Amino acid sequence: MNLLAVEAVGLMAPGLVGWTASQAVLAGQRSYVVEPMPATMATLLPANERRRITATIKLALQVAQEAMTQADLDAGTVPTIFASSGGDSEVLDKICTALTQPDRPVSPTHFHQSVHNTPAGYWAIATGCMGPSLSLAAYDSSFAAGLREAAALAWAEQARVLLVAYDLPLPAPMAGRRKIVAPFGVALLLNPALPVNRLALLRLASGGDEPADRLDDAGLERLRAGNPAARSLPLLCAMARRAATRVILSAGDNATLSVEVAP
Amino acid sequence: MAIKPLAMAACTLTNALGPGLQASLRALRRGESGLRPCDFEDADLKTWIGRVAGLEEEPLHGEFAPFDCRNNRLARLGLEQDEFGAAVRIARNRYGADRIGVFVGTSTSGIGATEHAYRQRDLVTGSVPATFDYQHTHNVFSVTDFTRRWLGLTGAAFAISTACSSSAKAFAAAWRQMRAGFCDAAVVGGVDSLCLTTLYGFNALGLTSPRPCRPWDLERDGLSVGEAAGFALLEWAEPGDERVLLLGYGESSDAYHMTAAHPEGVGAALAMQQALTRAEVPPEQVDYINLHGTATPLNDAAEDRAVVRVFGPDTPCSSTKGWTGHTLGAAGVTEAIFVRLCLEHSLIPGTLNTRQRDPKLGAGIVLENRERRLRLALSNSFGFGGSNCSLLFGRSPSPRVGESRGEGEP
Repeated sequence: MNLLAVEAVGLMAPGLVGWTASQAVLAGQRSYVVEPMPATMATLLPANERRRITATIKLALQVAQEAMTQADLDAGTVPTIFASSGGDSEVLDKICTALTQPDRPVSPTHFHQSVHNTPAGYWAIATGCMGPSLSLAAYDSSFAAGLREAAALAWAEQARVLLVAYDLPLPAPMAGRRKIVAPFGVALLLNPALPVNRLALLRLASGGDEPADRLDDAGLERLRAGNPAARSLPLLCAMARRAATRVILSAGDNATLSVEVAP
Repeated sequence: MAIKPLAMAACTLTNALGPGLQASLRALRRGESGLRPCDFEDADLKTWIGRVAGLEEEPLHGEFAPFDCRNNRLARLGLEQDEFGAAVRIARNRYGADRIGVFVGTSTSGIGATEHAYRQRDLVTGSVPATFDYQHTHNVFSVTDFTRRWLGLTGAAFAISTACSSSAKAFAAAWRQMRAGFCDAAVVGGVDSLCLTTLYGFNALGLTSPRPCRPWDLERDGLSVGEAAGFALLEWAEPGDERVLLLGYGESSDAYHMTAAHPEGVGAALAMQQALTRAEVPPEQVDYINLHGTATPLNDAAEDRAVVRVFGPDTPCSSTKGWTGHTLGAAGVTEAIFVRLCLEHSLIPGTLNTRQRDPKLGAGIVLENRERRLRLALSNSFGFGGSNCSLLFGRSPSPRVGESRGEGEP
């Protein structure tokens, strides 16, 4: 039961614009160059909703949409796991600022966007998906926790699950207390049925005492260490290289998650 | 085939009714509400709240000092009740500290710490006080991290944050994580504490009532915000297990609107139906439904439609929000444990504060407490983002010898 196929990937970070365009960099065939991220559109959302959404929601929806488009599947049928350490800090900053002002004018829109499951809610509205969805957080281990829970959900439901992990730099003054170096969003479409048409096959196991993998490229390593969602990078690099290997992802203080990867 | 049930090996609950299970049970039986006019910090709002007394004077010390904030103080107070720590210690010896998962639901975690820090920002630089510790207070994972450290557990751990369904979904997540083999037992919980963000936020949305909330009432006009900490230790049920069991869960998304429930309650009905399907229980066998029942006009109407669609008009149901207020991310575990108390003590709680049932609503709402033996009971939790979760609990029909049958004080 510990196997999963990855059928599609969505990816967005500075210098990593989309899975297809990023594979050469992730496979080590081209050097990583930090470039500003293009404006993400989240075109799946109705125009009236799109006007009000934040950079966090856009990033999460963008990578989710990329993965589902790649797989050419109806997203309305796929349960989701959203993993993020900090949620929408931009919105939380606005609320906490409003609370320092006379009469505390908290915006109703900001308040409903402040919940951790806001991207999940907008995704369900955009896709019409009424299936189960969980939004979770585990600080720097959020990606590993999300991957485990997505696997558990896929096995329990015997169905595809879309895992979406994302985090963005926090606004000042919180930025001084929680360093996230750049935005990073990743989505993996996981299938427990192990179809032949797949990007990779994964086997999850506890990593024991082994230290988490680091990346050779200094720029990618800075991203990995500097954004909880980017802790997925060793896995993404292994998938891009299309070779059988094993990666160790950070999963808590001293804990790690071992993932065997095969094409 | 029905899913493998989980046994609630131990549990504990702290809310506006007081610390510990007995405070809740006593207040439920006596019909005593924990709500009071809003006296939280300097909030200037005409509303009622379910505040836990004494948190202001009980900071966290020693190795837990970095975690000090209202939310983690509430978690600590909760973890100290009902010998919950002792039950976890026994489980730790049995399963190993790294084989017990910790899954805690919260909506706002310790955002109160950031609210305070923003009020003390440096006038020139805008920086927050040096004492502000984002990771151990405000961050969503903080209360899960605190809980696992307090209990000495090192297994799989994450926070679940799906607004007001958070700690109901913790039960579903625990079932999945255990079935996947990532852990052999789990501590699930929910902790959400009063903060200005939620009080002023719900006020801005026009969802707070100026009176104690009145679910299903003709004149219901909004919710009362509360706070709570609840925890349960879950392990696989054994054959003939006489403990209260999680028999089924259902999760769905409304896919409709960020804050408004689907008016026909389609997603809510789906969650309830799935909980029944997983347990292989027909709706007519359910003896009691603890409603989400926040007392906002639209939410109650939507849930009512959903309940009537799945169960018809006769299944006894009630909302206990009139006792505790809406404890948001802790509502799921609070009401799951209320359901356990009801199953163990043969109680169907009424719907406190509700005087005149809205004639447009059709569910079998119970206004006064009833004593009746219960075998199966459902708990509903629904949240912003259209996140729905229903949990079905049950216990075997034969009572244990010497068990409380609901007479007198527990």
